[in-house]
Amino acid sequence: MTVAQAAAKPAYAAGERVRVRQVDSPGHIRTPHYIRGKSGVIERFVGYFRNPEELAYGRSGQPLRALYRVRFEQSHVWPDYGGAAGDTVDIDIYEHWLQGCQEP
Amino acid sequence: MSDHHDHAHDHPHEAGHRHPPQADHDDTLTYYRKLEMAVRELLIAKGVFSADDVRKTVEDIESRSPEGGARVVARAWADPEFKRQLMSDATAACAGMGFEMALYDVKLAVVENTPEVHNMVVCTLCSCYPRMLLGLPPAWYKSLAYRSRAVREPRAVLREFGLELPDRVSVRVHDSTADLRYLVLPMRPPRTEGYSEAQLQALVTRDSMIGTALARTPD
Amino acid sequence: MRAYHDLGGTPEGPVPKEEHELQLWEKRIEALLILLTRKHILRIDENRRGLESLGEEVYRKLSYAERRILAVSNNLILKGVISVDELAAKIAEIEQRPEALP
Repeated sequence: MTVAQAAAKPAYAAGERVRVRQVDSPGHIRTPHYIRGKSGVIERFVGYFRNPEELAYGRSGQPLRALYRVRFEQSHVWPDYGGAAGDTVDIDIYEHWLQGCQEP
Repeated sequence: MSDHHDHAHDHPHEAGHRHPPQADHDDTLTYYRKLEMAVRELLIAKGVFSADDVRKTVEDIESRSPEGGARVVARAWADPEFKRQLMSDATAACAGMGFEMALYDVKLAVVENTPEVHNMVVCTLCSCYPRMLLGLPPAWYKSLAYRSRAVREPRAVLREFGLELPDRVSVRVHDSTADLRYLVLPMRPPRTEGYSEAQLQALVTRDSMIGTALARTPD
Repeated sequence: MRAYHDLGGTPEGPVPKEEHELQLWEKRIEALLILLTRKHILRIDENRRGLESLGEEVYRKLSYAERRILAVSNNLILKGVISVDELAAKIAEIEQRPEALP
């Protein structure tokens, strides 16, 4: 890890339930619109990366941000999902787009 | 490939430049081909890179194909220890085989198909793709339709690719939104006991590593 | 409001299956992006933002390669690597070359 890192440890652990912030933000965002406000489970902590929202404007992207793979049940993401009950979508999401969540 | 001179779009330069009258065949230099030429020549003249750099980079792009990924998959099928390394740290395991993901400034994640889970990869926001291992993405992967529907109705998209999966197999879609690139490790086909890695490699298709197909079965 | 490039879940038709072998000029655009990012002149994130700034009509109308060269050109001008005048002059010069004329 480089010197410019954020928290020493990731905020969320594998298996923890999180909710994606329901925020409409301008600029370069890598959290897809369809997942905003949805809750899922941390599949794993992926690592620390520079923030693409800053990199997109030529800035350093430091301090590093924690990145997680978050798993969502498709039936929770789409109101009329037509596939199987076990179908999921995994998305790599940065920590600042997540918040803790109790209920699904 | 479109071949038009529609001035409704943004040009980086002012109106008033002239375009030659548009001829009606693919050999005409469209505005965008001229733009590519102009940008490349200007950057070479400024010493940003050389013509040789461009040529070598194009050759490197052309040298990458799904064969790369197929070699990795075949090795994972044949060698349980390599498979364990691949699932634990795909970037390092592939570096050991000569694929330097760092050259594209990304990391690799391998997701394994099982009898219970079928993986499918998309980039809804642009067209992120494991080019180091698979070469250039197919046109359909970059299409607006795949990017929109792969997350929304993956089974319908798979049906369009001729793949119908029973409900007891969960479809797991991966939206590559960050610096990870995803490669699907398809299930090893039946009746391949004793196959060499080369024989196994021949069964691994590009689409099976994206997740819109299964690996081929022996005849 | 959903940005126009943020396509997950939007209504679209069947996935077009035709394979499209990239022409040399399209491969050169890929090479251009690789070289510019490797030399730390542009970041891939800046290129993506450039694509997200083209406007929805342009984004949907242009081909993949066309979008990319347009976004890269805009970025290079934004960063002062090339100027609008130089680019216009170079394109005008190219248009006078035999291969550009019908």
